Amino acid sequence: MDFVSIKKRLLKFSRSAWTPFAAIPIALGIGAILLLIAGYDPIQAYAAMWQGAFKDRTAITEVLIKATPLIFIGAGLAVAFRCSIWNIGAEGQFYAGAVAATAVGIYLGDLPRFLLVPLVLFAGASSGALWGMLAAFLKNRFGANEVVTTIMLNYIAIFITGWLVTGPMIETEGLFAQTAKISQNAWLWRFLPPTRLHTGFILALVLAIVLYIIIFKTSLGYTIRAVGINPDAARYAGINVKRKVLLAMAISGGAAGLGGAVEVAAISYRLYQLISPGYGFDGIAVSLLVNNNPLGVIFSGILFGALRSGAEVMQMNAKVPSVLVFLIQGLVVLSVVAFGVYSYVSKEKEE
Amino acid sequence: MDLLPSILFLQSILAATWRMATPILYAAVGEVFSEKAGVINIGLEGVMLIGAFSAYSVAFESGSLWLGLLVGILAGILSGLIFAFFTITIKANQIVVGAAFNMIGLGITGFLYRSMYAVSPVPLGLKTFPSLEFPFLSSIPFFGEVLFKHNIMVYGTLLLVPVATFVLYKTAFGLSIRAVGEHPKAADTVGVNVLRMRYVSVMIGTALAAVGGAFLVLAYADQFVEGIVSGRGFIALAVVVFGRWKPWGAFWSSLLFGIFYALQLRIQTMPDVNIPYQFLQALPYLATLLVLVGFNKRRVQAPKTLGVPYK
Amino acid sequence: MEDSMPKNNDSQTILRMEEIHKSFPGGVLANRGVNLEVSQGEIHCLLGENGAGKTVLMSVLYGLYKPEAGSIYYKNEKFDVHNPKDAIQNRIGMVHQHFMLVETLSVAENIILGQYKPWKVLNNLEPVIKMIRQMSKDYGLNVDPTSLVQDLSVGEQQRVEILKALYHGADLLILDEPTAVLTPQESEHLLDFLRQLADKGLTIVFITHKLEEVMQISDRVTILRDGKTIATVKTKETNPRELAKMMVGREVLMDLNKKEKQPGKMIFSVKNLSVKDERGLPAVRNFSFDVYEREVVGIAGVSGNGQSELALALAGLMDSEFDSIILNDILITKCDLTRLNQLGMAHIPEDRQKMGLILPFSVSENFIAETFNDRPFSKFGFLQFKTIKNYSQSLVKKFSIRVGDVDEEIAHLSGGNQQKVVVARELDRRPKFLLVNQPTRGIDIGATEFVRQQIIAERDGGAAILLISTDLEEIFALSDRILVMFEGQIMGEVSPNPDMIEQVGLLMAGKTIESAL
Repeated sequence: MDFVSIKKRLLKFSRSAWTPFAAIPIALGIGAILLLIAGYDPIQAYAAMWQGAFKDRTAITEVLIKATPLIFIGAGLAVAFRCSIWNIGAEGQFYAGAVAATAVGIYLGDLPRFLLVPLVLFAGASSGALWGMLAAFLKNRFGANEVVTTIMLNYIAIFITGWLVTGPMIETEGLFAQTAKISQNAWLWRFLPPTRLHTGFILALVLAIVLYIIIFKTSLGYTIRAVGINPDAARYAGINVKRKVLLAMAISGGAAGLGGAVEVAAISYRLYQLISPGYGFDGIAVSLLVNNNPLGVIFSGILFGALRSGAEVMQMNAKVPSVLVFLIQGLVVLSVVAFGVYSYVSKEKEE
Repeated sequence: MDLLPSILFLQSILAATWRMATPILYAAVGEVFSEKAGVINIGLEGVMLIGAFSAYSVAFESGSLWLGLLVGILAGILSGLIFAFFTITIKANQIVVGAAFNMIGLGITGFLYRSMYAVSPVPLGLKTFPSLEFPFLSSIPFFGEVLFKHNIMVYGTLLLVPVATFVLYKTAFGLSIRAVGEHPKAADTVGVNVLRMRYVSVMIGTALAAVGGAFLVLAYADQFVEGIVSGRGFIALAVVVFGRWKPWGAFWSSLLFGIFYALQLRIQTMPDVNIPYQFLQALPYLATLLVLVGFNKRRVQAPKTLGVPYK
Repeated sequence: MEDSMPKNNDSQTILRMEEIHKSFPGGVLANRGVNLEVSQGEIHCLLGENGAGKTVLMSVLYGLYKPEAGSIYYKNEKFDVHNPKDAIQNRIGMVHQHFMLVETLSVAENIILGQYKPWKVLNNLEPVIKMIRQMSKDYGLNVDPTSLVQDLSVGEQQRVEILKALYHGADLLILDEPTAVLTPQESEHLLDFLRQLADKGLTIVFITHKLEEVMQISDRVTILRDGKTIATVKTKETNPRELAKMMVGREVLMDLNKKEKQPGKMIFSVKNLSVKDERGLPAVRNFSFDVYEREVVGIAGVSGNGQSELALALAGLMDSEFDSIILNDILITKCDLTRLNQLGMAHIPEDRQKMGLILPFSVSENFIAETFNDRPFSKFGFLQFKTIKNYSQSLVKKFSIRVGDVDEEIAHLSGGNQQKVVVARELDRRPKFLLVNQPTRGIDIGATEFVRQQIIAERDGGAAILLISTDLEEIFALSDRILVMFEGQIMGEVSPNPDMIEQVGLLMAGKTIESAL
């Protein structure tokens, strides 16, 4: 009996582990067909992509830097999705975090480093959490569908950012639509010079691990998963469903906001209109790809970081438009979905 | 005080309202079919992009707007077929597949656009559908501008909404769609093919979403721009809820959003108004949020099995 | 064993099903070689316990399930049925246990649903409505074709279902436990009506597990047990005792060995409880009762008369208004779930899959559904997996739950074992007051017996128990006192004396106690 259960578990694990690996070639394959149709050489394009992502130490650290916001966002979304809250608003929550972090980094710039860095990160996380909780509140109080509200809140956050960087917070020279640089005391440590790899990446790893433990090893995680699977049963078990929804959105938004703060404090040092090139939306795929497992998000985040990083080089060297990665990401999600279900069906037949 | 400027202001707003509402309305009426049958498609945004791009490229290459529209619709139907395969046959989570569709729509249209047109030596503009002139009617002061000087695709909505209502509420087909979203098993036991009904409803939805996208390039702007749909697909989703899952409801609520769009665009061009344009841009989204909140209090029921795969 | 089925090949046979096999994912064998032969114009009962495979067999005939093996002959021809449409076109109608009606549509719309080509314009339903009116008159089934199904009572909805089948032109009508939702008097009426239909030449297959119904209505009866045909007999040539034996597979039905107990002090008391249902309509009105130590109070009633709302309100899962609730000497001002649990209440909910269990969770995760936050299962917020596992294994043993590994997903367990998990979890909390709603619905006979014995043991151990059930046999077998519920009110109190069953029936139909006695 024990042997059977071990075998079962191994099978289950191998299935969930190889799914993303199988999904990627399929997505790349369809992408290759499209490249051919559009008159590009797919091998050359993908080679450029690979080069761009992995050719040397700098390239690899750039991948990790690109992966950092995705891991923050993806790990947070994993919590929301486990609770069956369809948070499409990580993009807005990321912006909210970036705005708050910038404000603290500029206006409290005189504070010493050991105070300012935590304060910047805290501001980012709490602001993202609040932006996320707004959607949770609207769901709890008015039954407003979070898919629609979080999307609307994305636009609103982006427009507010646009206003801030052209209006109240515009840099003193006023040349570009961007804020002044944040105080040097707010910068995160780049620990592997000359690369830009920074402590924010480590923080992202830590967050992913912590959220994994919370979800799978604590009673809090138990309640979040229970609510996500069967809210009626959760209520019966004495769990306050609305409070868990609020909490899941706070964690999810907080993680995204922290990602925004790290982006400002480690990479851009300032705020501008397009600080996120759609990280919030990529984060959805990053989480879904690994079945909403915060630990797996580290893997899928790095994968998507590599795709993005490679795509930029592909655009430069092979002249292939980098937007192709959106397509590939979408296809990855679809193939994961297809695999996920097929493995479920085959499991049923086994028994 | 002179009254004329304010009347002209109102006239320009109202004239633009219907036009602004049109792409949202096409997508929303389509989504009514889909949701009535129990399938929520948050990938509307991506499908609209696909419709817009295919309509644009075909119209541009062939010189025929109608051919462009036709191919746009076909692309929409094809997207719907794929969406339906994943959500209905494979029974994948509809939100997940919808999110993937938005990425795919953005990626594929952006990629093809940049590959095909980004370095085009020739001008890329289309000659869009012209505004129609009605004898007498178009020259009525005020109302002529507001109601009788639109292009054919705008007037198409006047056909769309009653036809959609008729199909949903006065045909056996519509009866089956409504039953399939509420209680699919009951429909199944009297011989309605639930999966086929859902496939067809989803494809009607994406076909109309593609028409909405095509409108943007054929009858509004004269060329494709990356991300041209800019959230209209999401607003259409809100319009469906606000319109109580009915075509006429969608009509009136998309007009409401049309007003916000028109207002926003008009105020931006006024030199003496000092509101940051980003606030105006945010207006339709803010309005969606408020409307959704205010509206949900009244608790109108969505189709009972919305989002739930059958068998 | 199959030889016991009489071969009957004369022209009178309308339906013959041979060696039907059907299994479900998870390895449940619902039909394993079932034979059935039905004659033209007869009322043929399909008798069996829950899970014997009656509904599955008829669903195969109706095209809802594809059998793995077996063949069907209908009207002397091989009958290949792929979907319900084939069945309807061949004039087979089915009234399902859970009504297949779309609540947001009108009666007429429900009746014509699926009967026309998609492009058929339904601009004017007037002729259809007229026809339905005429039919309801002819058959004495009073329904208004223009009203919405959601506004109809359960009895009316059943009439719509029957009308629908007749409108589709049924020669063979299948009814799946049609009396489960009716009062004894309504049932009586239905049975009379079915007899009339049969006299007009309609063939009826009547699924039931109630022996009296079989004796009363059928010409012949086929008994199923564990997915197999046991026998087909003429009703006139058998008796309830013999039928029961064939149905259950042993002589004695159920001996709970329930002894008289002297109730102790009052544990639970509620005064003037009122609950509104989801639509805001009153579901429970001014409900007052007490439950004492060592006592089972049964709430009888036709389903849908407010029992669900009563249970949910008492468990703190639904808003309610009341004058007072006393639990274990404490006066409660608000039905709060956590507080009630602290005061010693346990609740076995009516629907284990919707509420009692979290299906994708493991067996052990389900065991701690209410205690996950307490020591020793959780320390400083961290789940103590080893403790949880040991605890789960001990419960599995104690309640003889059939499961290989407590880490297995509970969805893989049979219905009976799932219910045992719920019962084990709730009873292990040693409740002072136990609220039980439909404890044995849809589980096999072995598990039913086990669960009922556990309830009795709990009573003997001193607990106060409120038992809500629509199964009258269960109510009579377990209760010390019976309250009858109708449209959210208590119609009266009776003792669980078998002679009182008729009175209970009248009370269930809304008659007052004076007229019932």
